[in-house]
Amino acid sequence: MTARHLADYLEASALRCPTRPALVDTAGLSLTYGELNRQAEALASFLAARGVTPGNRVGVALPKGIEAVVALFGIMKAGAAYVPVDHGAPVERSRQILSDCQVSALIGDSRSLRLLPADGEGPTLCAVVVVGPIGDDCASHAPHVTLFESALDGGGGAVSHDRRPSDLAYIIYTSGSTGTPKGAMITHGNAVSFVEWCSSLLEPGEHDRFSSHTPFHFDASVQDIYPALKHGASLHLISDDLGKNPRELARFIADRRLTVWTSTPSALMLLLQFGNLQTHDCSAIRIVSFGGEVFPVKHLRALQRHWPAPAYFNMYGPTETTTTCTFGRIPSTIPADREDPYPIGFACSHCRTLVLDDAGREVGEGEEGLLHISGPSVFAGYWRRPAETTAALHDRDGARWYNTGDLVRWNPGEGFTFVGRKDGMVKRRGFRIELGEIERALYQHPRVREAAVVSLSDRNTGTQIVAFLSCVDGDAPSIVELKTFCATKLPTYMSPDRFILRDRLPKTSTGKMDYQVLKGELAVSSTQAIPAGGRR
Amino acid sequence: MNPENPVEDILREFILSTYLPDETPDNLRNDTPLQTSGILDSLATLGLVAFIEQRFGIALDVLDTSVERFDRLDDIATLIGRKTAQKSSPPEGARS
Repeated sequence: MTARHLADYLEASALRCPTRPALVDTAGLSLTYGELNRQAEALASFLAARGVTPGNRVGVALPKGIEAVVALFGIMKAGAAYVPVDHGAPVERSRQILSDCQVSALIGDSRSLRLLPADGEGPTLCAVVVVGPIGDDCASHAPHVTLFESALDGGGGAVSHDRRPSDLAYIIYTSGSTGTPKGAMITHGNAVSFVEWCSSLLEPGEHDRFSSHTPFHFDASVQDIYPALKHGASLHLISDDLGKNPRELARFIADRRLTVWTSTPSALMLLLQFGNLQTHDCSAIRIVSFGGEVFPVKHLRALQRHWPAPAYFNMYGPTETTTTCTFGRIPSTIPADREDPYPIGFACSHCRTLVLDDAGREVGEGEEGLLHISGPSVFAGYWRRPAETTAALHDRDGARWYNTGDLVRWNPGEGFTFVGRKDGMVKRRGFRIELGEIERALYQHPRVREAAVVSLSDRNTGTQIVAFLSCVDGDAPSIVELKTFCATKLPTYMSPDRFILRDRLPKTSTGKMDYQVLKGELAVSSTQAIPAGGRR
Repeated sequence: MNPENPVEDILREFILSTYLPDETPDNLRNDTPLQTSGILDSLATLGLVAFIEQRFGIALDVLDTSVERFDRLDDIATLIGRKTAQKSSPPEGARS
């Protein structure tokens, strides 16, 4: 069967191997393929009965767990697109996301009820489904709220709607330069093309045990969930707490005998540094795939010493090209004298690539240019952002191309090497960060007069974010206060590592913030001022 | 800084030099929330745990470092005091 829709994968596996475990959570509770499919169908039929129609968006604000996966499939089976929001992010940001994409329903826990618009402010949702107990603090929402178990009780059959590859599967929000996140729309056709390619690379089978480490609002999760469930493998859901605890996580990988691991390099470096890997037998792992940021070679080499057997893949791809568009296989023994990070490799077989200069001309071997991607995995555009969609996509030779904005160099031996960005975007722990969004958050502090945020990259320590500030009447908040303030406005991965206070910030002759001067100051001071034991 | 709380000061110095460069010590008080405030993210918390284990020769487990128990310098110092005492006195029944 050729799948057209992500839910087709689950349905086919539920027919083929209904009694095999599809999901196993951190505590060891599991759900079979048959049961996962049945629960997702019941949820879909509940949502449809409440008025969720094909083409709608439904927010998911749940911690990683079995219910969250049921929610994704329930939403897609109802013909709607899921919009995963970071369960731990500041309320204001998640609210902004749910309001921007006009969700018609929300599936969350009692904590996520805070994300709902207050009475009279914004549209009323047609369904709010809550996992777990509803606390007293959400009593005001109670009339609208349905418990997750009750939503599954209806016992309705499959929701019937035409499944078209052009239907939206999910919208994932990425940091936006104007200060508000923007939603990348991914269709079922986009996602299926990626899952098919990924399956040909990983060759999963029913006896594979996949990690689900990345959160669902990070699109690397698409690489765990759908290839695993397409092939009848089991998906081992790693709770947020376990994910942050490398010692327990290393034990988990060994105890569950996981075979396919996907995460950011940061997560692997934590395992390496704090996981006591030498005391755990993780030899069942046959594939380690990482992406979302640079993996410093000395750490990758150290990981390979602990885990020599698996195949290592470096995956690259913006959310707009559905998880991965180029990949490179790391050699089984990294040469001792190699210091340069491994390149992002070659185009996946479902993608085409072009490297163009600013004028749209192809650049030659070894020259820097912007990487453009074409193929069935290129997204449908940004939700309600026609101008930004037009700017990101263009037609050429009868195909639609996405400009990644990433500067790369090509050579036939290693493929593409990531060089950097021209704009203010950085990638950290797999997340894209527009430095302008951090500046906008800092400007909300009443004592901040000017804010300029720059990033500093280091081959060994990764990316540092530094905020330069000048304050009203020179009355600067303490760094503790600034950190605390940022935590209320931004996800942790966007919080600056360092704050530098100045009487005034440098300007260019046209009065604009002079980022080059600030970066220059950092380059000079970085060797002494940023402590060696600092944040990686 | 209070000279009677050397453990707090050792922790303060580590956190300031590692995660809060340029901050003055007085702004990191013994009761300043660390994890719940965003001063220490999960990565930084692990760094602090590793520092404590090495510096004080004790082992911390998962429950010790939960957000509720590992959020203020004074609480962390109390925890270190308890663990150090456990280490130096043999468990019940082991004494002759």
